[in-house]
Amino acid sequence: MKEKKSIFSFLLDNRHRSRTISYAMVAVAYIVLEILLKSGNLSSLFTGLLVPATCYLVAAIGLNLNVGVSGELNLGQAGFMAVGAFSGVCVSGLLKASVPAIPRLILAIIVGMLLTAFVGFLIGIPVLKLQGDYLAIVTLAFGQIVMNLIMNLYVAFDSTGLKVAFVENNFELQPGGKYLINGPMGATGTERIANFTAGTILVVFALIVVYNLIYSRNGRAIMAARDNRIAAESIGINIAKTKMMAFVVSAALAGAAGALYGLNYSTMVASKFDYNTSILILVYVVLGGLGNINGTLISTVVLFLLPQLLRGLQDYRMLIYAVILIVIMLVTNNEFLKTKAAAFRRKKNA
Amino acid sequence: MSEKKTPVLEVKELGIDFGGLTAVNDLDMSIYNEEIVGLIGPNGAGKTTVFNLLTKVYTPTRGNIFFDGKDTAGKTVVEINKAGIARTFQNIRLFDNLTVLDNVKTGYHNNIKYSPVSAVFRTPGYYAKEREIEGKSRELLEIMELGQYADVTAGNLPYGAQRRLEIARAMATEPKLLLLDEPAAGMNPQETEDLMRMIRFVRDHFKIAILLIEHDMQLVMGICERIYVLNYGMLLAEGLPAEIQANPEVIKAYLGD
Ligand SMILES: Nc1ncnc2c1ncn2[C@@H]1O[C@H](COP(=O)(O)OP(=O)(O)OP(=O)(O)O)[C@@H](O)[C@H]1O
Ligand SMILES: [Mg+2]
Repeated sequence: MKEKKSIFSFLLDNRHRSRTISYAMVAVAYIVLEILLKSGNLSSLFTGLLVPATCYLVAAIGLNLNVGVSGELNLGQAGFMAVGAFSGVCVSGLLKASVPAIPRLILAIIVGMLLTAFVGFLIGIPVLKLQGDYLAIVTLAFGQIVMNLIMNLYVAFDSTGLKVAFVENNFELQPGGKYLINGPMGATGTERIANFTAGTILVVFALIVVYNLIYSRNGRAIMAARDNRIAAESIGINIAKTKMMAFVVSAALAGAAGALYGLNYSTMVASKFDYNTSILILVYVVLGGLGNINGTLISTVVLFLLPQLLRGLQDYRMLIYAVILIVIMLVTNNEFLKTKAAAFRRKKNA
Repeated sequence: MSEKKTPVLEVKELGIDFGGLTAVNDLDMSIYNEEIVGLIGPNGAGKTTVFNLLTKVYTPTRGNIFFDGKDTAGKTVVEINKAGIARTFQNIRLFDNLTVLDNVKTGYHNNIKYSPVSAVFRTPGYYAKEREIEGKSRELLEIMELGQYADVTAGNLPYGAQRRLEIARAMATEPKLLLLDEPAAGMNPQETEDLMRMIRFVRDHFKIAILLIEHDMQLVMGICERIYVLNYGMLLAEGLPAEIQANPEVIKAYLGD
């Protein structure tokens, strides 16, 4: 029997269903939150969480490409966010007088993203040739090293130009001069130009990049290299190059997320991006399901917001958090539910 | 085979040692275009090792491999595939989490290309190339009689279909020489019969040479035009199927003393 197909049926065929759901979830969340925001129905606590939530979403979507789709354990996503955050803050600080806020924000994100991609590429060269857990170890070390480097970095500018110092802050600023990065005190006096709309656009950008890559020649090669290295090589796929692509794109998205994050706070310290943050983002990805972007979206939002919103419940906070962790894990990684869902889909399509 | 034709594959005094063990020694072999050649021998004779040498998984200790008239020394696994040798594996190696169709599409990685940038921005070039990949992949699935499984996850395929999918994926790299390592292993006689028909069709349709390892004598004698017999890593005999079947040395190697 021939089925009559609507012109929108391509949105819901097997391949595109999860992608359509992702975009729909983001759109609905954005519209609802914007309405609440504009009508003044959002608490200031919650409002303050919106931009960082989008930052973690972008970093987690990127990490899922690296950990879920490419299958390499990366424990340094926060380090890449730090590179993007501090370079983005510098760009914005330097251009403050000459460029209006919105183009400056875009520029800062682009610079943060590209610089981080380049750093990721450099890290990837030695590491991606090796197999096994080397990447996990090196990325863990990388994150900590980046954090410590930035904590010893001084960047300032005044009428005589840009000044950069390391470990010892030995420059004297002219009157009117200003620190962009002030060693252990981090970025100070940043103009807060990030906003929720920009964050949502960045999330959509991350989704487009990752989904379009997955459903392409390169995405298939990345997944082939993950599933069977030897077979992938036997059909002419260069494993190191393929893994590098996933790694660099993941880093670049973390860099973009970092830039947005940095421009959301007037002060920001580098220790914010230690390995705890890397592990946290990894937890979002793993609990959401490896390679499952919708799972990443849900688990990131829930796990990021929950601890903050449960503050009122003091004593039960960690208990509730743990229960929700377990529920998310069961729902997103459960074989039984997956089989049921597949059967349901088949019945619907039949 | 006409003597004047140059072989697509020529192996000269090939050998490899693993520590003290000589797995392959002093092997000479020539495969001509559009031939189906068998490589047989008892368990542990070194047949799979020969495939691993031809595809650069192992580096030879001695000897040379010429493909298309060129010495392949120093080439990598990836380069040898680009040069035109594709293979299947004795222990099936599919991309288990990809669909059957995507497994084959992956094989076109180097022959139908577009940049990751055009993938991310979905340029017209992306759609054109993807359509081409899809069309050719489905054609290969039809040839290997896997059309009905296109959207099934490869890891969930029945065993015989998995072996045929490996052939389809290898063919997607558009090779000049196809190496099949026990393609009929685990198949029942009817499946083996069907497989023989498909292998012949692939050779005729794509005009390629095929070298296959197989223990199933029904298949070997049925489709191979020439046969090499390996024993303890050495060439025991070479000839037409009828000659090999009548060769007392071969019979002795297979039946033991
Ligand atoms: N990487 C290796 N290291 C050490 N020894 C090896 C290695 N690869 C193969 N061998 C040895 O080389 C010999 C030949 O093995 P090979 O797998 O080529 O046999 P085969 O003819 O394919 O056998 P079968 O019919 O059982 O598949 C065996 O003794 C095997 O143990
Ligand atoms: Mg073998």
